[in-house]
Parts: sequence; structure tokens; C-alpha cells
Amino acid sequence: MTGETTVFPNPLRWALGLWRDQKHRGTIIQIMALVALLLFIGIIIRNTAINLQALGLEIGYDFLTEPANYDINQHLIDYNSLSSHLRATVVGIINTALVSVCGIILATVIGLFAGILRLSKNWLVSRIMYAYVEFGRNVPVLLQILLFHALIIHTLPHPRASLSPMDGVFLSNRGFYVPQPVLEPAAWAILAALVIAVAAAWWFAGHAKRVQENTGRHYPVFTINLALIIGLPLLAFFLAGRPIGLDFPQLKGFNYQGGMVLRPEFTALWFALSFYAGAYIAELVRAGILAISRGQTEAAYSLGLRPNWTMRLVILPQAMRVMVPPLISQYLGLIKDSSLAIVIGYMDIVATIGGISLNQTGRALECMSITLFIYLGISLGVSTVMNWYNRRVALVGS
Amino acid sequence: MSAQEKSMSVSDEMMIEMNGVHKWYGQFHVLKNINLTVKRGERIVICGPSGSGKSTLIRCINRLEEHQQGEIIVEGTELTGNLKHIEQIRREVGMVFQHFNLFPHLTVMENCTLAPIWVRHMPKQEAEELAMNYLRQVKIPEQAEKFPGQLSGGQQQRAAIARSLCMRPKVMLFDEPTSALDPEMIKEVLDIMIELARDGMTMICVTHEMGFAKTVANRVIFMDGGEIIEQNEPEEFFANPKNERTQLFLSQILQH
Amino acid sequence: MQQQYEAGRHPDLPPPLVERGAVKWVRDNFFSNATSIVLTAVAVYFLYKVVPPFVEWAFVDAVWDAHHRNECRAKGEGACWAVLRARIAQFTYGFYPAHLYWRVNTAFVLLFIALAPLLFEHVPGRRYLLWFSLAYPVLAFFLLWGGLGLEPVESAKFGGFLLTIVIGVTGIIGSLPLGILLALGRRSRLLIVHTISVAFIEFVRGVPLITLLFIASTLLNYFLPPGTYFDLLLRVLIMVTLFASAYLAEVIRGGLAGIPKGQFEAADSLGLGYWKSMRLVILPQALHISIPNIVNTFIGLYKDTTLVVIVGLADPLGISRATLADSKWQGLSTEIYIAIAVFFFVSCFAMSRYSLYLEKKLHTGH
Ligand SMILES: Nc1ncnc2c1ncn2[C@@H]1O[C@H](COP(=O)(O)OP(=O)(O)O)[C@@H](O)[C@H]1O
Ligand SMILES: [Mg+2]
Repeated sequence: MTGETTVFPNPLRWALGLWRDQKHRGTIIQIMALVALLLFIGIIIRNTAINLQALGLEIGYDFLTEPANYDINQHLIDYNSLSSHLRATVVGIINTALVSVCGIILATVIGLFAGILRLSKNWLVSRIMYAYVEFGRNVPVLLQILLFHALIIHTLPHPRASLSPMDGVFLSNRGFYVPQPVLEPAAWAILAALVIAVAAAWWFAGHAKRVQENTGRHYPVFTINLALIIGLPLLAFFLAGRPIGLDFPQLKGFNYQGGMVLRPEFTALWFALSFYAGAYIAELVRAGILAISRGQTEAAYSLGLRPNWTMRLVILPQAMRVMVPPLISQYLGLIKDSSLAIVIGYMDIVATIGGISLNQTGRALECMSITLFIYLGISLGVSTVMNWYNRRVALVGS
Repeated sequence: MSAQEKSMSVSDEMMIEMNGVHKWYGQFHVLKNINLTVKRGERIVICGPSGSGKSTLIRCINRLEEHQQGEIIVEGTELTGNLKHIEQIRREVGMVFQHFNLFPHLTVMENCTLAPIWVRHMPKQEAEELAMNYLRQVKIPEQAEKFPGQLSGGQQQRAAIARSLCMRPKVMLFDEPTSALDPEMIKEVLDIMIELARDGMTMICVTHEMGFAKTVANRVIFMDGGEIIEQNEPEEFFANPKNERTQLFLSQILQH
Repeated sequence: MQQQYEAGRHPDLPPPLVERGAVKWVRDNFFSNATSIVLTAVAVYFLYKVVPPFVEWAFVDAVWDAHHRNECRAKGEGACWAVLRARIAQFTYGFYPAHLYWRVNTAFVLLFIALAPLLFEHVPGRRYLLWFSLAYPVLAFFLLWGGLGLEPVESAKFGGFLLTIVIGVTGIIGSLPLGILLALGRRSRLLIVHTISVAFIEFVRGVPLITLLFIASTLLNYFLPPGTYFDLLLRVLIMVTLFASAYLAEVIRGGLAGIPKGQFEAADSLGLGYWKSMRLVILPQALHISIPNIVNTFIGLYKDTTLVVIVGLADPLGISRATLADSKWQGLSTEIYIAIAVFFFVSCFAMSRYSLYLEKKLHTGH
């Protein structure tokens, strides 16, 4: 290069030279991006500080220990209006977790059924499932929550006239009342029986596998284990003199006493979230099964494998690989959608710390940061699990 | 293989019998009055233009497709809706596909042992020894622990052949086993198939490899429009095709 | 007996009777085995239980003409659709001044003209229309908010489906450039650029939209320089745009991943710099294969616009809140929600069909 012979480098040319060099250009862009970012954050912090000062506010999380002064109708841990904001937040987290877990389970069941039935050769059934999937996916989830809520509130009767599809179950616009199991001291025997049954089933599965590997004999492992896990606790139940009783709800005045209640808000949210996510899951299941080429089934059949073994050994393991990652993002979506609880007054994270606590204390910055932090934690946790799973099952060589 | 060598392995025992078989896809008449008998140890090559029903024909033999008229008898058992019979026949009839259809989530070894373990109820170790034998026969013992996606096309097809052989089938069906392969890999698969023929395996091959047909086939069958147009010993078939459609077809494929 | 034909002369015959026509169709589809019979029975029972009562409620006994709820109830047992007739203008335009509805309607019609060249390849005069598409956002802004001699309308007057469409369309248009930058950033080898992009994308995708909307309604004004004030709609639009850009970035990243490596190498070997090769070679292809997913993202965003009711905007759900609070129409939430659901269903279903059509077209390689 002739330019290098210059004794007094022109600073402009020097800069231009750096810019034209690929490596240096990268560095320059990086530095610029970093400076821009820091500047942006700095400006926001400064603005916020000035604005807060003007309002006479200070950032601090001390308010969390102060009494919340509001009621939460569904709390699985002790809570009353004198409890702290922190406790209200925990109640919110538990409520979010409760509806999310219930929703994920129900959505998976719905999605599996709808997805498989959608592939059914039965014209009528597959059409009905098609209608469900399209309705479920094309109507906003918020609207579905409101619709389910409206249906429960407006079409179900008052508690006095409630529907009773079976003994001890009452459906009314105040909620679904079901019997609550009451455990007597001897109930531990049943729990012990269950633990033993699970352990035995575990051992038997391993044993059956070893036997198969050594002698080729097959046991009906699934049937035997199912019988074990159901039968043993049942046996214990009767032997221990039926130590589980049921507390039936009773109509007292305008409402029911005793039993367990699924409140309309919880039920509406639970059903709507499951209904919505179930439609997406149905499509995943369908796509997952369709993604396995027909050749795989044919190859298995031509080896003499039966349809149920083909499903278990060839189709499902492959379909799972295709299905699980998007399934987990659906679950994550469901958890995030549960934040819409606030429209029908279900007290989740957003409704407690992000809603009423925020409004009562006026500490928007603190409350929102806590809310965001919780959701980010959940998302991060779920995506870590997903990455781990993806790495584990990645197909080698294709 | 000489003509004598070829006919030596053929016994009088009937392996496959198709009498007046018809099949429709919806309204489309895809197989028309198929009459075909295959004896134990016989090797049949089926050729014909694309869409003529060759695949459908051999897929009817292990009931991957259902026929609607006529009868198909494999080893004395007639193929009907009876699921027990279908399973039994599928155990005895091996099939090799154009696109291999190996199970991508299992290693080559697991591909081979899957059916012996779950269908034949064989102990795992025995199944693995058996599989290793066949992998040696198809010359890929060193690939046993790899996944199908890590093999070349030719190796995959050989693994698929080994997988079928592990069930010790009495008949092997091949549906264009080399047509998805790169030219340099065709020979390695054909060599395996020729060796199988030498060992006396009953085979029905859909293929356009005419050299292979000449080497191993007892009979070459020409199909067109869902019908068997002509069948003959390979020498006669290639030297003196009788039907004009056969002549046209042969002139087309031999040009290339 | 089987008739004999000369080789090669066998005619095509019709399938045997059991394999033909309605009988076969019914047998295959409804009664092929025991499971199928049970399923058919369950399905028929379900339809019998659900469809007739619904039809009765929604059509036969429905009341279309009434001035308030009690009049509806007096006239019939069924749905009280009269509420929709009474409030149709609000559900469509919100509180937009009635004498200016024409401006909204014009903007809406022009939207389709602007979209046509983007969505369909064979539009006459596509090249000129594309310029129009580019100018449309500015045009629509003045049409809707006024200015340039048009009577100004403040954001607070926006509502109903007008608001839904404004938020959805602004969100997707605004997020496109940002989404592209984020996608490129995420793929970048420059560590800081990459980290910033990933952090932004994962943050936005990790929290529910409702929390971002709360930030818009409660926090955003803290972040702005003292003395500036953005109205709520503007703040919501900003948040929705940021929200959509994170999702769009992932879609475009998927599109970029679908470009064969050879394309990058070819662009490099032509000596095009990074930006030129992106702009001329890579991005056009990546965007093209991403269009179906961009449409899907839009559908999601469009459905998510309903969330703005929670921060107090008057989208259709906001209007329904107001309507239900009116003593004349109290308790008609089922009717109103079903009507809104039908609206969303029809528009989203149409869009998802379109996206499916695009996907098919892409797969067949044209
Ligand atoms: N599952 C099917 N449904 C309808 N038609 C089919 C199906 N499979 C094959 N066909 C049709 O049947 C004819 C014969 O197919 P095939 O047996 O695959 O021919 P070949 O193997 O000789 O190329 C073709 O015209 C094909 O289009
Ligand atoms: Mg074929």
C-alpha cells in the first residue's frame, strides 16, 4: 500500500481507512450501537428521575410489606385484606399457576382428541373438529374468555335452581359446586399404597424390559401397571375402612356451603384458555402426524408390525420431535394469555400486583417491574427446558 | 448366472398366486385381471411405463393396498380382510422401497432389530447377532450404530434390505430399489440383490435395470395400463418382444 | 364369468357395486368400523343437542327490532340483536364525528387499493400502485386525524372496528422495518448488536402484551422528557409496534434461514457490500418466503388489538362495555360478544385462507 508511506496521516483519511476495513468497521458499528444504547437508557433514567421528582415520588419496594387493603376471592394460601402486597402477589402467582397448569392439561387433552379426530376418516367428525379448530383459532382469546364468562353468568340458573347433573354437583351462575374429599387419619394408608404401587409399576416396567431383552417374552406392561396403580390404592381404601369421606355442598340461604367451588371467573378462564390453545394444539398434532411420511407406516407394516405397535414405536416417537417444541410455545402462550384474567376479575399476577396494588399505591414503576420480572422468569425457565429437550432429541444426520 | 443356475433353485411349491385380480382407486381401474403365479425360488422382474400399476401390483401382495376382485394367495393363505392372516403374510414377505423408508429416529441396528424383537419376540442379543450377520452380508457392519441420516443413499438402501432380511422372509418385494440412487451407488445395491438371488431367495423386483433382469430373472413381466401385457424368459423377452407396446417400451429404455 | 380380452385391450370397467357411489361413501365415512359408528352417533347427538337450540335462539326467536332490552324480552325468547342495530355506528366508528364518516370509509377503501399490489402479483399497473402503497400511511393519517385543511379529529374519538384496524395496520406497517433490523441484528456476528437484538426480542416475547399495554398507560409518560405528552392511543400504537416487531423479527429470521447459503456466497462474490447484498439479493427473497407468516403474525396482532379495552380504549369490546353499562341494554353480553366474535371470525378466517393460499403457492414454486 502506498498510503502507508505518508508521514503525517490525515485523520480523516485514517478514519475512512478504518471504516473501509471490514474488521474495524464492525468494531465501529458495535461501539456506536453501545453508545446509542447507553445514551438511550441514560435519557430514560434521567427523564424518569425528573418526572418522579416533580411528582414527589421515590422508587422503593418497601410498600410490599404494607397491608394490601383489598380482598381476593380465590386464595389457596391464607389471605385477607390486612395481608401485605407481597402476599397478594404470591396469591396472584399461585392463581396464575393454578389456571395455567389446569389450562395446559385440558388444552392438551382437547388438542390431542381434536387433532386425531380431525384426521379421522369419519366425515362428520372430522368436519366438526375442523369447525372447532377454525373457530378456536380465529376468534380472539379475550373474546372467548368473555363469552365463556357470559355463558356461565347468563345462561346458568341461580344457586337455588342450579343444575345437578349428578349427586353433589351443582352448576349455577355463582360457580360449580362439587363434593370435597375429606381425609380421615387412616387416609395415609391409601397414599402409601399409591406410592408402593407406583414404585412396583416402575420396577415391573424395568423387569419386563429385561425379560424381553433376555428371552423375547412380552408382558402387557401397560395393562398390568394400570391395574396396579388403580387397584392397590382402591384395595387400601376398603381395607382401611374407607377413610376418605366426601363433603357435599348444601344449599344454605342464597348459596352453597361446604364442598368445593370452582368460581365462574376461574371456570370461564380455564375453559376459554383451554378451548383456544386446544385449537392450536389440534393443528400441531395433525401436522405432527401428517409430517411422518406414509412410507414410515408402510415400512413398519411390511415388517409385520401391528398398527398399535407401529403407532407406538415408529409414528409417535417421530411425531413427538415435530410436535413438542411448538407445543411448548403454545403452553407459554397459554401462560401469557392467562394474564387476560383481569377482564373477568380473576385475581392473577397482573390483577394483583400489576393491577390493584399498582392503583392503590401509585407505584407504577415498582409494580410493573415486578410483574415483568415474574413473567420473564417463567418464559426463561420454559425456554431453557425447551432448548434442553430440542438438543436431546435432535435427529442425527438429517 | 447361467440359465441352468437360474432354474435350479426354483421348486414346484407355489409361493404367490394371483387369480383375476382387479383393483380400483375410486373410479380409476388400476389393475385389470392380473394372473400371476410365483414359485418358491423364482425371480420375477416387472417393468413397464410409469403409472402402469407396477407398484400397486406388488403392494397388493402384502396388502399395503387392498384389491377388490379376484384372489391373492400367499403361501397358501388367501388375503382377505382377516387381520391375523395379513399379519402372518407380512411377516413372511419382505419389502424394499424406492425411498428406503428407514426409521430416522433409530440407529441402523435398531432399525434391523425392531421387528425381530417386537414381532418375532426374539431376545435382544439374538436379534442383534442376527442383524449383524445381515449387515455383514450387505457389507455395512461398521455402520450399525449410525443413524440413517448419516449414511449415503446406497448404504441406506442396503440397510433397508438388511432390515427386511432380519425377518427371514420367504419372499422379497423390491419397488424400484435403485431409482432414487446416484449412478455410482446403483451397483452396490444391485450386487447385494444378485447375491440374494444366488442364495435362492424368491424375489419380485420392479426395476428398469435390464442388465440385472438378464442376470437373475427367471421371467420378465411387462405391464402397461394396469395389465400384464407380456411375460417371458429374459432372453426371449429382450430379443423377441411380441407385443408392439413392449417393443416400443424396450426401444425407449434401451436408447438411454 | 370373467370375460377374456386380448393382452392390452382390457377396457376400464367401473368398480363393483359395493365400491361405488353414495353407499360406499356413507360406509367409508360413517360406518367403516365400530369406532366410527360410535363417533358418528356421538357427533349426531352433539349436533342434535347444540344446533337446533342455537338456531332457534339466534334466528327463529330472535328480535331485531326493539328500543331496549325489555322490549326485546317482551317480543321473543331468543337473541336480542336489536342492540346491534341500535349501536352499529359506535361499533364501527367509535365516537368519530358522524359527518366525517366518509373520511374513514375512504381510508378503508384506499387501504385495499394500497394492499392489492403487495398481496397479489398480477395487478394491472402494479409498479405505480406500489408508490401509492408507500404513500398510503401518510394519506391515511391525514384522512383519519385531519390536518392539511381537513377538520382535525382527536384520538379519543376513535373507536370500534375503526380502532381495531388502525391499531392492527399501524402495528404491522410500523413493525416491518424494525423487525427487519432486529432479524438482521440477531443474525449479526457483531456481539453487541446481536446481544441487544436478542435481549429485546426475548424480552418482548417473554411478557404478555397486556403488561406492555400497562406500561404504555402507566409508565411511558415517565420515560418521556418532562412536558411532552403523548395521548393514550399514540402510546398504545408505539407499544403495539414494538411488540409486533419482536414477533416479526422471528418470522423474518425464519425467512432468512430459508435462503440457501449459495445466495449469500453469490452476493458476496459479486462484491456487493453487506447492506447492498441484503437489500438487493437476500431480503427480497427472505421477505417473499416470509409473507405467509407475516400474514399470520398480522392475524395474531389483529386479534390482540382487543386487549386495548383493558387500558380503556374504545375498541369493539370497549364499546360493548359502554353498551352493557347502559341500563337500556344491560345483560345482553352474549349477543354482543357473539356478534363481535363473528366479525373477527370472518375476517381472520379470510386472512388465514389467504395465507394458506400463499403458502401453497410458495411450495409449488411459482
Ligand atoms: N393412492 C392412490 N390413489 C389414487 N390413485 C393412485 C394411488 N396410487 C397410485 N395411483 C395411480 O395409480 C396408477 C398406478 O400407480 P403405480 O402403481 O404407482 O404405478 P407405477 O408404479 O407403475 O409407476 C397411477 O396412475 C397413479 O396415479
Ligand atoms: Mg412405482
